[in-house]
Amino acid sequence: MIKILVLDDDFDAGAEIANLSALGGGAVASFVGQVRGDGQLDALELEHYPAMTEKALREIAEKADKQWPLHGVTIIHRVGRLKVGEQIVLACTCSDHRQAAIEACSFIMDQLKTVAPFWKKEIKQDGSESWVEERQSDIDAAKSWKD
Amino acid sequence: MTYQIDIVYFSWVKERLGRDQETIICPASVETVGDLVAHLKAVDSIYQQVFSDLKKLRFALDQDFVGLEASLGDSRELAIFPPVTGG
Repeated sequence: MIKILVLDDDFDAGAEIANLSALGGGAVASFVGQVRGDGQLDALELEHYPAMTEKALREIAEKADKQWPLHGVTIIHRVGRLKVGEQIVLACTCSDHRQAAIEACSFIMDQLKTVAPFWKKEIKQDGSESWVEERQSDIDAAKSWKD
Repeated sequence: MTYQIDIVYFSWVKERLGRDQETIICPASVETVGDLVAHLKAVDSIYQQVFSDLKKLRFALDQDFVGLEASLGDSRELAIFPPVTGG
């Protein structure tokens, strides 16, 4: 079972985790990313490529599903203006065993950072704006998974 | 023979070009993504400025990531944007 959502509004991480837990796998792993209050950051503006986003997220979920024995995968990514502390992303996996669930969840997050068409713009408290640049550590992390 | 393709832009590429999409009619000699980028740069200096460092750009043809060498074929939409920063 693969569930993909791209949302303007917030999501209920607990409810999403409960949905996967109900599949009866015995091992549920999840990651929630939030807007980090770095420096003078006020908010992030998340832009995306609507025609491509859901397809890219589904491909990531399908890759994870192929590589690990999963009962379910949920990926939720928000777009629009998100204030410090708000939730941005959820990756949740359900498997029979801990290692598969955790590894698949980590794989999904690494892929999200390099192949899903989202762009973050930082908006500081003084109103200045700048686009976030890609990080080499994210590229390396995504490459570290075997195809 | 000419060829028509929609181009969409995102993030700072969109901001610096001052547009989020356009339809380009290009000559038949334009066969690849790289050819199209070179064609645009030859047509207008704004593209020369924004596309000056190709290493900072990524491309998708009909919503699939491709490289500069990819053939346009009968693709309908090319997207040009910086490296993604989601998650």
